[in-house]
Amino acid sequence: MASKNLPMREALRQALLEEMQRDERVFIMGEEVGHWQGTHRVTRGFVEEFGEKRVRDTPITEMAIGGLAVGAAMAGLRPVAEFMTINFAFLALDAIINHAAKVHYFFDGLVKCPVVFRAATGWGDQATASHSHTPEPIFAHFPGLYVGSPSNSTDAYGMLKASIRNDNPVLFTESIGLYSRPGPMPDDTDFLVPIGKGDIKREGSDVTLISYGRGVRWCLQAARQLEQEGVSAEIVDVRWLRPLDTDLIFESFKKTNRAVIVEESHQFYSFGSEVAAQIQEHCFDWMDAPIKRVTQHDVPVPFSKALEQLTYPNADDVVAAVKEIL
Amino acid sequence: MVSATREGQYSSQLSSEELLKFYWHMLLARRVDERAWVLHRQGKIAFHVSGIGHEALQVGMTFAINRGIDYAYPYYRDLAVVLALGVTPTDFIISLYGKEGEISSGGRQMPSHWSHRKMGIVTQSSPVATQVPQAAGTAFGIKYRIQQGLQDPTDTNQPRLAFCTLGEGSTSQGEWHEGMNWAGVHQLPFICVVENNEYAISVPYKKQASRTVAERAEAYGVKGVIVDGNNPLKMYDAMKEAVERAYAGEGATCIEAKCHRLVPHSSDDDDRSYRSAEELKEIKADDPLPQYRAYLMNEGILTDDIDSDYEARIKQIVNEASQAADAADYPNPADHLDYMHTFKPIEEG
Repeated sequence: MASKNLPMREALRQALLEEMQRDERVFIMGEEVGHWQGTHRVTRGFVEEFGEKRVRDTPITEMAIGGLAVGAAMAGLRPVAEFMTINFAFLALDAIINHAAKVHYFFDGLVKCPVVFRAATGWGDQATASHSHTPEPIFAHFPGLYVGSPSNSTDAYGMLKASIRNDNPVLFTESIGLYSRPGPMPDDTDFLVPIGKGDIKREGSDVTLISYGRGVRWCLQAARQLEQEGVSAEIVDVRWLRPLDTDLIFESFKKTNRAVIVEESHQFYSFGSEVAAQIQEHCFDWMDAPIKRVTQHDVPVPFSKALEQLTYPNADDVVAAVKEIL
Repeated sequence: MVSATREGQYSSQLSSEELLKFYWHMLLARRVDERAWVLHRQGKIAFHVSGIGHEALQVGMTFAINRGIDYAYPYYRDLAVVLALGVTPTDFIISLYGKEGEISSGGRQMPSHWSHRKMGIVTQSSPVATQVPQAAGTAFGIKYRIQQGLQDPTDTNQPRLAFCTLGEGSTSQGEWHEGMNWAGVHQLPFICVVENNEYAISVPYKKQASRTVAERAEAYGVKGVIVDGNNPLKMYDAMKEAVERAYAGEGATCIEAKCHRLVPHSSDDDDRSYRSAEELKEIKADDPLPQYRAYLMNEGILTDDIDSDYEARIKQIVNEASQAADAADYPNPADHLDYMHTFKPIEEG
């Protein structure tokens, strides 16, 4: 299906551009999305293509970006609201969690809120603690919100399109560590990754590595390393934290009987906590070893390069965790 | 409604020595800031957010408070503020490297998210304007202490006000409005300085708000003042008046200091994508540093000899700061999980 390789930022740009061409109700708003062309250049050339009415530069006002998008969605539009980073969306939590996630429910199913909140997530380049969170699990905690985070260009393209076309509110994060990574682009402009569908990124038989976003990269690196040592690792990229593709996770686990869960964020009350709980509830009889979690250290991301590197997980940590349970 | 600062270009309250001290600090901040850009281009540091163009207002306001005693919540562009409060160029450059001996956080916090407990400087979060309610809360704490008899209002060794700064772009945030409202309702010993350089990164003021910052402040019961932030002495006067009001229990002031950001927002920005060549030329011609230098020369306060001497001394200070930062070690990796929780009482003082 793929005709060319493009960096993830370009895949996202292409998806958003085509969805805005396809549907007049779709518009983008956020800090620096217009004349600055987006902090990560996802909206490069959009003002020229669509004009300022559909490409709205907002003031620095996260609470309003969240609230305005929810209001506009209820009024029949399909807003794509961009937060410069997911950390800044903390100022818009009420709009996202108390409104977007609950509008349909509170209207007894009569009103829809088809908004997509987009934000860069994760750490890198010494961006430091209050710029470096990877908080998807916090958002996925709340019923009513779909949460997705792609690990490559193909998924980024199909997941963003699916999010925009879906009638439910979606929190969509884009790992800053992946924006520049090239990957295959689908030819079909209607290529969609169904919401809630995970993907096997690599088949294997000895252990299942479960992750999303940037964590999938460490899993792929670790799997290659393990292969040289005679260990066959299967990789489940859940792609969506909510709805979570537990069928795929269970299917893989029942085959390998071992799992390591890998994520960019902290361990306490994490993605890994939920997945591990799901596995033990549903696959207890297939468990041959304790489930391991590879995560960021339990400390805010420090600025100093010397300390920053220590707090991150990497492929070596994944390999080490696998070896502990083989 | 919105009061103007006093007529005339310059303050009569300051001695020649003080006028020269202002110049020294403006020049020092400029040269340290320029060095940071160089270090970034050399790949020695990851990021720099610059205050070039804001030095006049920053120096003027800082010398009007009880430095090192009153609480300061400076924002990321306030290099000249923290240098005037006692942070050294070496401290700052080490912070850019995130090396051992970094005075704010031991290399943990991002540079320009200033803090120093002994100098009364409080750090902030990266989402902008979140410092405003906290600074208003600190001012509330001061007022509470005075009202409860826990603090003598005439004791100059105690903090008697809290001031915070932010860019005008941050006045679109709810946090600014909520902090200002609280300051107005409770008539707090609080000063909010808005450094209005007309741009929230690329978004011009006309897309941010339909009234001036000072007018919006007035609506909350906070005295709103507009000042030429390119003039350090007018800024000093306006700040001094706000400080006296705060000390006297007369309430909060918001100073809107008009200035130019003469450089991109940060080392990640290219301002040529949203500011025309003519506009950039125009604002560079309105650089506060040469204008203040010319004024002091004209008044016979500054001479070429003094100016050359300042430049030479500052060059040496900046070079030594860079060398010290180059030579410093990185923090001990074994300490990277420290300071998550406190297990012993924090010492007073």
